[in-house]
Amino acid sequence: MRTKGGLARLAAVIAVAGLSACVAPKEKPKPGAIRINENPFPSTYHPYGGVPTLIRNATILDGEGGRIDNGSILLVNGKIEAVGGADLGAPEGAAVIDAGGKYVTPGIIDVHSHLGDYPSPGTASHSDGNEATSPARPEVWAEHSVWPQDPGFSRALANGGVTSLQILPGSANLFGGRSVTLKNVPARTMQGMKFPGAPYGLKMACGENPKRVYGSKNQMPQTRMGNIAYVRQTWAKAVEYDRKWDKYEKVGGEIPVRDLAMDTLRGVLDGKILVHNHCYRADEMANMIDVAKEFGYRIASFQHGVEAYKVADLMRENGICGALWADWYGFKMESYDAINENLAFVHNAGACAIVHSDDANGIQRLNQEAAKAIAAGRRAGVNISEEVAWTWLSSNSARSLGIFDQTGSLKAGKMADVVLWNGNPFSAYTRPDKVWIDGALLYDAANPKLRPVSDFELGQPGEGDVK
Amino acid sequence: MRPARRLSPIGMIGIVCGLAGAFIGYKASAQTVAITNGTVVIGDGSEPIQGGTVVVRNGRIVAAGPGVAIPGGAEVIDANGKWVTPGIVAGFSRLGLAEVDLGADGSDDTDTGNSPFSAAIDVTPAVNPKASTIAVSRTDGVTRAVVAPVAGRSIFAGQGAVIDTGDDMEPILRARAFQFVEMGEGGAGRAGGSRSSTFVLFRNALREARDLGGLRYQPLTGRQQIDPQQAEVPYEEQPNPNLLSRDARRSEDVLLTRFDAAALVPVVRGRQLLLVHVERASDILNVLGLRREFPSLKIALVGASEGWTVADRIADSGVWVIASALNDLPASFEMLAATQSNIGRMRAAGVKVAIGTIDDDDTRDVRNQRQYAGNLVALAKVPGAAGLSWGEAFAMISSRPAEAVGLGREIGSLATGRRGDVVIWSGDPLELDSAPEAVWIDGVRQPLDNHQTRLRDRYRSLERKALPEAYRK
Repeated sequence: MRTKGGLARLAAVIAVAGLSACVAPKEKPKPGAIRINENPFPSTYHPYGGVPTLIRNATILDGEGGRIDNGSILLVNGKIEAVGGADLGAPEGAAVIDAGGKYVTPGIIDVHSHLGDYPSPGTASHSDGNEATSPARPEVWAEHSVWPQDPGFSRALANGGVTSLQILPGSANLFGGRSVTLKNVPARTMQGMKFPGAPYGLKMACGENPKRVYGSKNQMPQTRMGNIAYVRQTWAKAVEYDRKWDKYEKVGGEIPVRDLAMDTLRGVLDGKILVHNHCYRADEMANMIDVAKEFGYRIASFQHGVEAYKVADLMRENGICGALWADWYGFKMESYDAINENLAFVHNAGACAIVHSDDANGIQRLNQEAAKAIAAGRRAGVNISEEVAWTWLSSNSARSLGIFDQTGSLKAGKMADVVLWNGNPFSAYTRPDKVWIDGALLYDAANPKLRPVSDFELGQPGEGDVK
Repeated sequence: MRPARRLSPIGMIGIVCGLAGAFIGYKASAQTVAITNGTVVIGDGSEPIQGGTVVVRNGRIVAAGPGVAIPGGAEVIDANGKWVTPGIVAGFSRLGLAEVDLGADGSDDTDTGNSPFSAAIDVTPAVNPKASTIAVSRTDGVTRAVVAPVAGRSIFAGQGAVIDTGDDMEPILRARAFQFVEMGEGGAGRAGGSRSSTFVLFRNALREARDLGGLRYQPLTGRQQIDPQQAEVPYEEQPNPNLLSRDARRSEDVLLTRFDAAALVPVVRGRQLLLVHVERASDILNVLGLRREFPSLKIALVGASEGWTVADRIADSGVWVIASALNDLPASFEMLAATQSNIGRMRAAGVKVAIGTIDDDDTRDVRNQRQYAGNLVALAKVPGAAGLSWGEAFAMISSRPAEAVGLGREIGSLATGRRGDVVIWSGDPLELDSAPEAVWIDGVRQPLDNHQTRLRDRYRSLERKALPEAYRK
């Protein structure tokens, strides 16, 4: 799968960006002198740090398909210092953990979560995931709905071993808005959780949801053809907007009127923002691939892709990941053709498969979902090893989010986002034993003090309990 | 645009009119089957038995365990390396009521919101034995399910059934096995907006039923203690048709329709189980307290996410609890204390517990109950958590839900005389990589293919062939 150049470009833009004021014309206005600040809500996340830690005698799944039995991994200064065999030494003063053969994996990355946007408790006043006031709302950013005190984050950490996650807007709209990628570290603000340097995503949606939401209001779209027409018209505007700004940036002149919705779409057309397209049906995925080609953008992932197995070849050819469930089915017409072999078949066709949750409970068991999926694959004659299946939980996820250069596998120099499991993580009988994020030990099953409690839970029944 | 909702005949499903016997749809096989050499799980809470034998004859379990003799003429199936268990019982579900939940009007019989009736509603005619959800569940080893109606406008949802998932046209094991009522947040909304209104609505409904049934008002007085509920779950085979006749006089001071009041007569008499959905600790205690005013009520709690905080008092009451296994989020204000240790802690306190899927994709995901049960075994290794033994966890998805609805002598275990619902698994059924290899219901071998497996076979390969995919059958 490709890695997008968007990240580097984004960083470059951030470096030169001042907020849209400050022009200092000397003789004549410089072409493209004014730049839009592409990062007005910058990450303030700082790793919490930890002692150098050597985990030895572990079964290591490196997240890229590699496996080391009796392996060792060394975490220093928030990074993975080294991964190796029994001979890997520890620096002076390092904490040494004997894993006793238990599994060490990269932290799980969920590419489809609504934690914070649809938090617990799920009251109407907490319902912040769908700006269902127009089918195209690319101007809204999921990060501005994230309530960092959602108790669901801590469950995903302690029970699920989830170290990073993408928060997406809902699928009521054809263009739902921007997503945000977070480190799963408790913070007072969204910015305090924001994954440094992660590119934005754009949530798009096919199918039943947009046409139901707007069709029931007697608005467009009311049909699937309405969906596509609306999407194309919106992209056509975005292309025009992009042209105007490109021209301004190259040759100057009158500064174009700023449009927040179009800013997001321009970011997509420029390859800086990654499209995550909620789409269930095979025929609709094919349509969206053609729309993307027509307007010159790429789709990073199909979300849910319940029929991805029917078009896995198309997904492979177009470099599109499928973020999938193991076994959800039938809850609406477009999920009627779900099969348990979806992940295995998509993987087997050479496309990029990801296990996702879309659910505050499911996010606590993504490893188990992967286990069900490989088992279904094996029964259908597709043999996928545990170490390869872990790519569905970390490296493929990281690639689809544009953060694979920083996390998603156990390679030297990457963020020390690591889970030590108390058994084989493909078993129902296994739970996280310890979870590190950027080398900081943020969950330890044996230590009640390392069990995060959100503000909401303080003083409530069950505060600080094992959950 | 979707057509406006109208009062449809489906909204009036199953007004009590059955003349059916206790067990309809009993279609047993006369064949004798002996499954040998397997790891045998009885399902009663005991641990698995290595190298056991299970014998099924005339649709019933003859014997299961070590050293069981193989009858002459039996079909012998070697289950070496496999696990043999009773079929999974879905403890609380809507299985068979909906083919598709959203945007497929007509295929979903869970919604009774436009019905003028409530307690009288009976899910029986809505259960479609050919629903794809039933075939999918059967393929994953679920052989029986407790099927509850969904509450419409009233707190009383109506009467639920216990069904089998067999590939035949007789899905109902027990019709009208229980009445289902919403008494927590879900009840408050339907009762007028608050729990205060729920409880008075409930009490009035039972008063009307009592009057219609000609029963006396005999609340406990003063310091009289509520007796622990007896283990025996009652069942009234035949609703009293006279209650519907014009000779059965009613006061003019009534809220319920005659059908609804008549349907609650067995409840107030203690002749029909009342499943009560509550989550919050205080709601649980208030519901248990209803037996002071209505001493004959036979209650089982559904949900009870905060049950562990009042586990001793639930245990003392003797009522069953059918709980979701893995609720651990304060998803609403009635489950702030939710934890995955709820079931383990209740069990340790002596509460009788079974696993169900309460408001958790309950029309189709009952097959994941075994995963949930496995997760409760996992908790035994987590410091501070309360887990279950393997045998107990399995019992909570087999014999315990059967007992909770009064069918412990019929289904849910491999004890002698139980129905011949048997599954041969490729391995440990609570593990994620195991799958059924053979399923019997009432001793009848079941097909294990369904819409999903057929799609799998069609799309194994995406290579272009001589004819389109539609010709691959």
